[in-house]
Amino acid sequence: MAQVPLDMKVVDECRRLAASIADDVQRFIDKHTTVGVERTVARAFGIEGVDDQGIPLVNMLVDRIHAQKLLGRGVAFFLGRELLRGAPNLQDAAERLAYGRSEITGEGPETEAQINAVLEQGVKTALKHMDDARDTREAMKARLGMADNPWKYVIVATGNIYDDAIQAKSAAHGGADVVAVIRATAQSLLDYVPHGATTEGYGGTYATQENFKIVRRALDEASEEFGRYCMQTNYSSGLCMSEIAYMAAVERLDMLLNDSMYGILFRDINMQRTFVDQYFSRRLIARSKIIINTGEDNYLTTADAVDAAHTVLASQFINEAFAHRAGVADENLGLGHAYEINPWLEDSFLLELSQAQLVRQIFPNHPIKWMPPTKFKTGDVFHSHVHDAMFNLVGITTKQSIELLGMFSEAIHTPLLMDRYLSLKSTKYIYTAAKHLGDEIEFKKDGIIETRARVVLNEAVELLTTVQRDGIWDSISRGAFADVKRTLTGGKGLAGVVERERAYVNPILSMLEGGAA
Amino acid sequence: MTLIPKHPHLLRAYGDREGDGMVQMTFTLRISPGAQAKEVAKRFAEAHGLREPLISAMEECGPGYTYFVAYGHSIHHVDVSEVDVPEVKMEDLDKHDIEERIEHQIGRKVVVVGACTGFDAHTVGIDAILNMKGYAGEKGLESYKWFDAHNMGAQVENEALLARALAVGADAILVSQVITQRNSHKENASALITLMKERGLRERFVMLLGGPRIDHKLGLELGFDAGFGPGTLPKHVAAFVVQRMMERKQ
Repeated sequence: MAQVPLDMKVVDECRRLAASIADDVQRFIDKHTTVGVERTVARAFGIEGVDDQGIPLVNMLVDRIHAQKLLGRGVAFFLGRELLRGAPNLQDAAERLAYGRSEITGEGPETEAQINAVLEQGVKTALKHMDDARDTREAMKARLGMADNPWKYVIVATGNIYDDAIQAKSAAHGGADVVAVIRATAQSLLDYVPHGATTEGYGGTYATQENFKIVRRALDEASEEFGRYCMQTNYSSGLCMSEIAYMAAVERLDMLLNDSMYGILFRDINMQRTFVDQYFSRRLIARSKIIINTGEDNYLTTADAVDAAHTVLASQFINEAFAHRAGVADENLGLGHAYEINPWLEDSFLLELSQAQLVRQIFPNHPIKWMPPTKFKTGDVFHSHVHDAMFNLVGITTKQSIELLGMFSEAIHTPLLMDRYLSLKSTKYIYTAAKHLGDEIEFKKDGIIETRARVVLNEAVELLTTVQRDGIWDSISRGAFADVKRTLTGGKGLAGVVERERAYVNPILSMLEGGAA
Repeated sequence: MTLIPKHPHLLRAYGDREGDGMVQMTFTLRISPGAQAKEVAKRFAEAHGLREPLISAMEECGPGYTYFVAYGHSIHHVDVSEVDVPEVKMEDLDKHDIEERIEHQIGRKVVVVGACTGFDAHTVGIDAILNMKGYAGEKGLESYKWFDAHNMGAQVENEALLARALAVGADAILVSQVITQRNSHKENASALITLMKERGLRERFVMLLGGPRIDHKLGLELGFDAGFGPGTLPKHVAAFVVQRMMERKQ
């Protein structure tokens, strides 16, 4: 069986360094909350609705508390206090706080113990809601069965959620195992989650709870019809990453794009904000057994795939360390990487084969997410189809777990029905034709592939050593990842980061951290 | 087979013989595969001007949808002598050549400011040209040692763009227009030129217009030095700016 030599001492050292890097950030996370985290808590308590301007109640509620500089107590504190003061339920409590005439103050005779006691039922209900969704999904998976790896993952992006639902079913019909609905341009920068079904999105549809439901329904139908479980994916990223994670949890999504650093690097979201948000989002994801897909593939769209291969690996170690700290199990940790090498480079295929095999071996239990070429796609659809075939061959040979299929119309338009069909067809062909290739071959000792794997691992440990020494905050501000530089106080969403007070109340987080039922 | 006598100005699609008009076309129809579907596809191809169409593939690509590959002899031709497209005239230089030319012939960094103006919120074009990331594997102007590139992003007012260009001493201004609803791309762009002319600033900058629906002809019509359409690489923009600066110097 094809294996690259792996110096486990170096791998262990990478993990040790990544753990230290994440621990440093985790100390910060544990002392802070954000408007996004608090809105998620409110949503988990079942608080819903929007006003006539489309502003969600959870935003009105949290912003009002934040305006009084009281968010460090946690939204749960105020909701619980409102219950103690006579609100009949949590929804009513939220409305009183959000729209009430009197200003919210921090004072009151209510004790933390009283608050926690009055919220107990609400917390139970919140967790049950998530757990039930998870159990329904797991039962359905067990009953219908899942396809072999690599799972074939495709994208739909019509901008109209009802068309997306039709396309999702078509894709499943054509053999897709996972369907991702592309999100409308720049939703990551909205500090609220839009409400309702999207019928005229630009570049995609919004991640909304209603949209999640519509696509889930279509894929449930497809699952029953085609006799195999079809998975649904969306994006838990941007300023609302934890709110979206919650909505995905209760609407039975199977995967979420979720990364500890993507928002910082590629959306210019403040790093303090992102680190706190990613943690809470991953706590919800861990509970729901959703598979995350991390975003290292993006690094190679800005940086060179040969020069920066080790940054992908280093980032995978860091993403793993952060995910472990949020309770995400290895089998739900879909670390990402991509075939973004210059196709005209001599032995480009060998270099990608080496990297894919290296990642496969270092993260043996992880559902590795393998992303297709995009950067060197030009609009020559015929050549593009061949380019994708080489990517597929690496995917099957090195046993990647989740493969986002390349589209020959990449760089032209979002995939047409036919484009997706042809991509699925050629992928099926290559997966079948080369199913056991990886088991049959061995790599030449000290050849190009082995040597490359050694180089990348060694460069990764060097980078992690530097990042550990300087801390992730400084490292990012010096452009350690993806050639992108971001500062501690730069980027969007910093105003929504708040230091937790000593009496911070967040019983949902406490339960998630405690792992209790 | 020859559909029309050869004529140097009349261009037909070329398969493997002059004048055969051979083209390939793929399309999807909402119909299930079968004999009827094949005939439908044939007629569809004929309606597009393909003679003797051959439906070489017919497969169901979704429930109730079929994709077809058709080959046929296109009856159409184009008279080349009637087509007049002004092209941006410049040398084909790569990044290295451009950097060298700036270093030796200009001797200082070339400053460019770019923005999507008006309501346009789509920075994909301007980012492709200016940002480090670039496009199709070609890094953007930010990555050039001899360029100082300022990307103002989206929804920038013409006034603000001009003010920044003056503040940083720009040599060139890049305007990107993606949205074309109600010709907003033309209006925004020509409003900027009008504003510059009023202030006597038009000749101070090399003016470039870019976007998916922009071509050189339109760029010139709207008063720019050049217009760049889809597929433009950062090096094309860089080469044009440098070349125009040299021309002005002389």
